[in-house]
Amino acid sequence: MPLDTRTATAHDPSHDELRRLEAGLDSLQAVPESPRGAFRRTLDGFLPPILLLIGLVLAWQVYILIVKPRPDLIPGPLDVFGALVSAWNSDRLQLAVTTSLERGGLGFIIAVAIGTPIGLLLAECRPVRRALGPLLSGLQVLPSVAWVPAAIIWFGLSDATVYFVILMGAVPSIANGLVSGVDQIPPQLRRVGTVLGASRVQMATLVVLPAALPGYFSGLKQGWAFAWRSLMAAEIIVIGGDIGFGLGSMLHLSRELADLSGVLATILVILFVGILVELVIFAPIERRLLRRRGLMAAGLR
Amino acid sequence: MSALTNIAVAPTPTALEPAAITVDALGKRYGTGPLVLDNINLSIEPGQFVCLLGASGCGKSTLLNIIAGLEKPTEGAVTVASGKAAVMFQDAALFPWLTAGRNVELALKLGGVPRKDRRADALELLDLVNLADAADKRPHELSGGMRQRVALARSLAQDRKVLLMDEPFAALDAITRDLLHEELERVWRQTGRTIVFVTHNVREAARLGERILLMSSRPGRIVNEWTITDAGSRRIESPEVARLSDEITDQLRQEIRRNAA
Repeated sequence: MPLDTRTATAHDPSHDELRRLEAGLDSLQAVPESPRGAFRRTLDGFLPPILLLIGLVLAWQVYILIVKPRPDLIPGPLDVFGALVSAWNSDRLQLAVTTSLERGGLGFIIAVAIGTPIGLLLAECRPVRRALGPLLSGLQVLPSVAWVPAAIIWFGLSDATVYFVILMGAVPSIANGLVSGVDQIPPQLRRVGTVLGASRVQMATLVVLPAALPGYFSGLKQGWAFAWRSLMAAEIIVIGGDIGFGLGSMLHLSRELADLSGVLATILVILFVGILVELVIFAPIERRLLRRRGLMAAGLR
Repeated sequence: MSALTNIAVAPTPTALEPAAITVDALGKRYGTGPLVLDNINLSIEPGQFVCLLGASGCGKSTLLNIIAGLEKPTEGAVTVASGKAAVMFQDAALFPWLTAGRNVELALKLGGVPRKDRRADALELLDLVNLADAADKRPHELSGGMRQRVALARSLAQDRKVLLMDEPFAALDAITRDLLHEELERVWRQTGRTIVFVTHNVREAARLGERILLMSSRPGRIVNEWTITDAGSRRIESPEVARLSDEITDQLRQEIRRNAA
């Protein structure tokens, strides 16, 4: 035990008085807890977007009823819903969603495995940062679809092409997210680590990585968005060969058939999958991460 | 002698005891810039509460960082007899992803305390600063004063004989600061630490220190020092603190005036 506190003034009246004084001040200055419960918070999160969605669909239907446009040019919500149902009944929808999610998920995991060490290296090693930093930022700006022609020539019409395009989209975002997470660590925290006698490894695992987590996480989120986008672009362009049937392929097929309802239905599915992954996987983790550190804006609690 | 000094564990320093901190002909400059610290010689006895006082930018924090081993001196040498020192900063700098208790536990872990003892030790240290109930709170749920007390518990967890404090209460409101003065003094008497306390607040120095060192600016030199015979706790409002503050302030202003072009 560092201190032998028991030998000292446990029952000194002036000490008791100080303790009471401090306890009083502490309770005066304490931050009050959020009065809203978990159910209310979930409701606050889900209700507004759902109400907006219902409103948009209603407006769309009203427009169709009043203007009566050609259904092959502007289909109504019911036509689109019909296209979804028929895709479901022919098992095409399930196949496309499963294929794309599988590819997107696997591609994302590989991208995390590659992007994280690159990010760490960039953040902690200055010469590497100077050499590779600008290139990586450039890659983040370059649309990864631009790699499709090259990838087709290298890997042919195979899954490797699709994964290559996903990686080129997601890896720079993940690496850059980690770099900015590390850059934003208050220098005081590292100093405290040094003062407390942390070794290099302890500094990295106990101070730097946990401190960089919020930035790293937003990099992961952006990485997923880029992975999903790149995947769709790749699937639309790369058709045939060994390539399976994904949402992009379904979009392409509907266009070939001039089936606008099918096209719109597929777009909605792609959008919906993106929103679902964000809402179900990323948002709860992020909220927890930020709330624990007191980084949530008051309105988002 | 008052009741407080009777029960103090702090060892009475004698001339024979080796100094806790020795600073020998210390000089510091950054690159080719002007001299920040010039020929500082200092010997601090074990268990002494020393206040290092000076205007902003006089190099008192630099001196503290050099003693802490965070910066290297340009010339001269610093010896801390007990090895490394614990440090506390103006910003509590608690790790925001850990609870108050875990913050203290991390310091124990890095200090080599075995896992099974850490929880109890951390609670005991938090209780020392009257925060045992806040062990499961996260830093953002604590007030500034509470955070600074957790930081104090964390630096005590390092179990080092020397505690260096860099304006630890400067960002707090006056009521909280007053309480923390009392808290710190009590902890000091109870644990017998050697404390070097950097401040630009004359009254704070007069309230806390056994020995007050006044530094001049550009270059930083120690220009005067006062020793206060420890007659137990004194309050910041007391006449002797006010008298001492007056005297020190006069000289501090004189030093500052010298810098007017």
